[in-house]
Amino acid sequence: MENQPFLVAEQVSYIFPDGQFHVLEDISLTINAGDFVALLGPSGVGKSTLLRLLGGLLKPTSGRISMADLPESSATDPIGVVFQRDNLMPWRTVTENVQLPLELQRQADQESRYRVQEMIELVGLAGFEGSYPAQLSGGMAQRVAIARALVHRPALLLLDEPFGSLDALTRERMGQELLRIWHALPVTVFMVTHSITEAVMLADEVLVMGGRPAVGDPAALIHRVPIGLPRPRQLEIQGTRSFQKCAKEIRSAIQV
Amino acid sequence: MPWLNKQPTWLIISISFLGLLLGWHLLVAWGGYARFILPGPVDVWQQFLIVLRDGRLLKHSLYTISEVIPGLIIGSLIALPLGYLLAKSQLAERLLSPYLIASQAIPVIAIAPLLTIWVRSTYWARVLVAVIVVFFPILVNIIAGLRSVPAELYELMASLQASRRQIFYKLELPASLPILLAGLKVGATLSVIGALVGEFVQPKSQGLGFLLVTARYQFKTALVFVVLVTLAVIALTMYGVVALVEKRMLRWQAKN
Repeated sequence: MENQPFLVAEQVSYIFPDGQFHVLEDISLTINAGDFVALLGPSGVGKSTLLRLLGGLLKPTSGRISMADLPESSATDPIGVVFQRDNLMPWRTVTENVQLPLELQRQADQESRYRVQEMIELVGLAGFEGSYPAQLSGGMAQRVAIARALVHRPALLLLDEPFGSLDALTRERMGQELLRIWHALPVTVFMVTHSITEAVMLADEVLVMGGRPAVGDPAALIHRVPIGLPRPRQLEIQGTRSFQKCAKEIRSAIQV
Repeated sequence: MPWLNKQPTWLIISISFLGLLLGWHLLVAWGGYARFILPGPVDVWQQFLIVLRDGRLLKHSLYTISEVIPGLIIGSLIALPLGYLLAKSQLAERLLSPYLIASQAIPVIAIAPLLTIWVRSTYWARVLVAVIVVFFPILVNIIAGLRSVPAELYELMASLQASRRQIFYKLELPASLPILLAGLKVGATLSVIGALVGEFVQPKSQGLGFLLVTARYQFKTALVFVVLVTLAVIALTMYGVVALVEKRMLRWQAKN
């Protein structure tokens, strides 16, 4: 399924329903199956809005968003979302939090219990199954959120600045974890971030968004940078010249 | 007194209670008050044994309890859906909240006589007074509880395509439970007051209120004391039961 268009947005615009506030204008993009795509842009430009449109949490004012049919996918909900905050339910244990999407789909059989455990192990939280969110660190809580977003085997994983509230070291480690998880699963990833390093480190392709919706200049995609760095990527790759070339290109695009 | 602070709670309460009894006893012994003005603890104890042996205390207590518990349950059952409606619908809130707040400005003791005119059954009239007293604090807490549910968790549930029903049972109910149970604790003690007000207005034949009014008319002040202490014990027990339920249901909070 490599290089097959998976998610296609055609001339998508979005205006906030309560008024004239025009957020996005004429956005077209194609995400290939299995790719890792990062979206960069200044704060308030509407990155999260685009993510919510792609995830179906918002409906575009005009334009079309379509997802390829995946016959082999048994999931009734093809999308998993990880938000900036972990959004765990404090009254549920780690296991119960991860299990939530399956519960909502009324799946509570032996296989789903096995899958919950598998996800907890995949994100490296074996041994913490019975812990409550308040007993976890920020990074651990975000791992639970990732496990929860993946437990129903979505074909698309949307990440809205998932590591934005973590400290720099934890953040770096979580990025590596995310790469490992992505390699382990047949999942397409779309991630909003405001870290250029993180975007280059993780993604196959970086989209840059520009515009100033707050002053009536709706956002659009202004640049697209393919990241041809070899995989698997280790942290040391950040010192290479090709890494810095990509980062530099993105930085100059943002400043336009 | 650090030594005292290290003792278990039951011991501290016992010590303070014995001190209270001793002070009371000395006050009566040295003050030389007539018994019908201020009976001593010994008089009250003897009176207690009398009404306990002839079965009157138990009979009237059970009767009052039989008004208190339905009062609390019915009051909560009305407050729950109404609170949900008020928390969810702005129209309902604008329409109803002025009446609900105004109704709280009227002391229940002023409405109780009307209720006893309208409701034929003495028993149900008293239950109704308890319902009215219990209703408002529980209603306010349900609304506060529902409003405390974080918007991010609603978004999570939307991203998981949860139904209205699932959002209620899996999110709103558990998230608002701590505040709701706090309201129930207040309601539990208030329901005793409510039933007593009902019995005061219509002191017919049964209930601790009836016993209290009778004792007062007969200047059996020691019996008045016995009833007051019994009422306090009933209210404390009701509170304790709800607190126990709370502790069981909110085990996750203890771990935080």
